[in-house]
Amino acid sequence: MLGSVLTLVFVLVFNFFLFRVVQTDPIGSLFRGRNVPQETLENLRVAFGLDQPLGTQFLFYLRESAQLNFGISYQTRQPVWNEIVAAIPATVALVGVSAILSAVIGTIGGIIAAWRRNTWKDHSITSGTMVFYSMPDFWLGMILLVLFAVVLGWFPVGGVSTAGSGESGIALLIDQAYHMFLPALTLTLAYLGEYTLVTRSSLLDVMGEDYLTVARAKGLRDVVVRNHHAVPNALLPVVTLTAINFGFVLSGAIAVEAVFSWPGLGKLTADAIRGPDLPMLQALFLLFSAAVIIFNLIADLTYSWLDPRVEGQ
Amino acid sequence: MTSLAMQRRRATAGRVWKQFRISRSGMIGLGVLLLFVLMALAAPLLADARELNPVFARAQGNPQWAPPSEFGPLGTDYIRRSVWAQFVWGSRVSLFVGLAATVLTILIGSVIGIISGFVGGKPDAVLMRITEWFLVVPFLPLAIVLASVLGRNVWNIIFVIGITSWPSTARLIRAQVLTVKQRLFVDRARSLGANGRHIVSQHILPNVMGLILANATLAVPISILTETTLAFLGLGDPSAASWGKTLEEAFVNGAMVRNAWWYFVPAGLGILAVVLAFTLIGRTLEEIANPRLSRGR
Repeated sequence: MLGSVLTLVFVLVFNFFLFRVVQTDPIGSLFRGRNVPQETLENLRVAFGLDQPLGTQFLFYLRESAQLNFGISYQTRQPVWNEIVAAIPATVALVGVSAILSAVIGTIGGIIAAWRRNTWKDHSITSGTMVFYSMPDFWLGMILLVLFAVVLGWFPVGGVSTAGSGESGIALLIDQAYHMFLPALTLTLAYLGEYTLVTRSSLLDVMGEDYLTVARAKGLRDVVVRNHHAVPNALLPVVTLTAINFGFVLSGAIAVEAVFSWPGLGKLTADAIRGPDLPMLQALFLLFSAAVIIFNLIADLTYSWLDPRVEGQ
Repeated sequence: MTSLAMQRRRATAGRVWKQFRISRSGMIGLGVLLLFVLMALAAPLLADARELNPVFARAQGNPQWAPPSEFGPLGTDYIRRSVWAQFVWGSRVSLFVGLAATVLTILIGSVIGIISGFVGGKPDAVLMRITEWFLVVPFLPLAIVLASVLGRNVWNIIFVIGITSWPSTARLIRAQVLTVKQRLFVDRARSLGANGRHIVSQHILPNVMGLILANATLAVPISILTETTLAFLGLGDPSAASWGKTLEEAFVNGAMVRNAWWYFVPAGLGILAVVLAFTLIGRTLEEIANPRLSRGR
C-alpha cells in the first residue's frame, strides 16, 4: 500500500523533471508560429509560475496535478484533462471487452492445451498463440482491416459509429458494436497468447501434484478432476495476470486505436506524439501509470485473499 | 587452472549444442534467424540502396503504387520506391536496433542484478526499489514519453528500449546470484582469500552466464516489437528506415484504403518471422539451462 503511494510519487517527480528538461520554454511553444506580443508572453509565464525557482515550480505542479489541471493542449487549445475525460469511455469499452474476451478464451485454450499435452490440439493451440503473440498488434489490425473492411466490405474502416446516421438507443449501440468488432478482434487475438501460455504452464505444474493422483484413485471422472481439482489451483497466476492486464486497459491499445481511428486514449496519445503535444503526453503518462499502479495493488490484495498460503510471506 | 576452466567451458558449450540440436523448434528458429541475418548482411547484393531514394526512383521511371506483378519482386510505394529494397535494407535497421537494445538491456540488468544479489544489504534494497518502479510504470508509455523528449534517432531509440526493459532481467539475475552465492565453492574461494571481484568474475559470472544468454535471446523479440511500435507511432529515425518505419509510411499514406498489401505485408511478416525465431531459440535455451522448466513434458 505504502509502496504503491511511493511509486506514484516517483512517477510525479519523474514526470516533472523529464518534461522540464526538454521543455525550456513552454509558453513560447504554446504560441509557436503566431505573432504574440512579448508582454503577453511574459504575463503568461508569470501566470504559469515559470519565473519561479524550480522548487516552487514543483510545488505548483503538484498542486495543479492534484486538481487535475494539466494545462492546455498545444493541438486543440482545450484543457488537456477535458480531452482525456472525453476519450476514456471509448478506450475502456474497447480494451475492456477485449481484455475479458482474451482472458476467458486464452485460459480455456491453455487448459485444453495442458490437459491434452503433446497432442495435435496442444501443438496447434500453442503454436497458433505464439504466432499471434509474435506479430505487432497494429499490423494484425492493418491486415484484418484491409481484409474485412476494404476487400470484403463487411465492416467499417474505422471510427466509433456511422457519422450523421442520427441513430439512438439500441440502434446506436448495435452500430457501435459493429464498429468495435474489428479492433476488438485484433486486441483479443493479440492478448490471447499470454493467457494461454501462462495457464498451460501453470496447469502443467499442478498436474504433477499428488492430490490429483488421489482424486483419480478415488474414481472421480476426468472432467471432475480437471474442473474441480486441477484448474482452481492453476488459475492463481492467471488471476494475477488478469488484474495486472486490467491496469493496462487505458494504455494497452495505443497503436491499434490509431489504426482503426478509434477515438480513445490511444489515439489521443498517437496524435499527441505527432505534435508533439507535450502537456497532453505528460498527463496521459501520469494517468496510464496511475492506472497500472492501482491495479497492481488490487492484484496483490486479491492474490493474498484467494491464496491464503501467500499471507505468511 | 585457466586452461582447465576453459576446457570445462568448451565442454559445456558442446553439451548445450548437443541438446539444442535435437530440439526441432529450436533448430527451426535458428534456421530462420540465420536466413534473415544473411539477408541483412548481404543487403547491398540483394537490392540497390539507391532504390530507397524517391528522386532516384522517379528518374528510373518506376511506376507509382505498382503491384508486384508490374514491378518485381514486391512492387512500389507512393513515391515509386521499390518495396523489396525497403524490405531488405529495413531488416538491417530492425535487427541492429533489436540486438543493440538487447545488449544494453542485458548489460544494465546484469550489472544491477549482480551488484544487488552479491552485495546485498542497503544497496540491494535501493536497487530493488528502483527496479520495482521501472517494473510497475507502464513500459510503452514510458518509452513513448522518453522517445518524444529525446528526439528521433536510432541511438535514442536503442537507449529508450534499453532503459525501459532491463528490470525483469535484473530480478532474474539477482535471484540466480543469490542461489549461486550459497554454493560451497564460493565459501571455499572466500576462505582461500579471494576478494569480491575475483569471486564475481570467476565464480558467479560463469554460473549465471547461461541464464543471461537465454534471457537475452528472449529479450530480443521485445526490443524488436518495441522498436516497431515506436516507429509506427512516428518516433522512428527518419534516416534509417526499419520495418516499423515502412509500416508507418504505408499506413500514413493510405496503403490500406488502396489495398496495396504488398507495401505492408512483407515488413510485418519479416518482424513476425524474426520475433518467432528468437522466441523459439530462447525457449529452447531456457529449457536446457533450467530443465525443470521443460514445457513439453
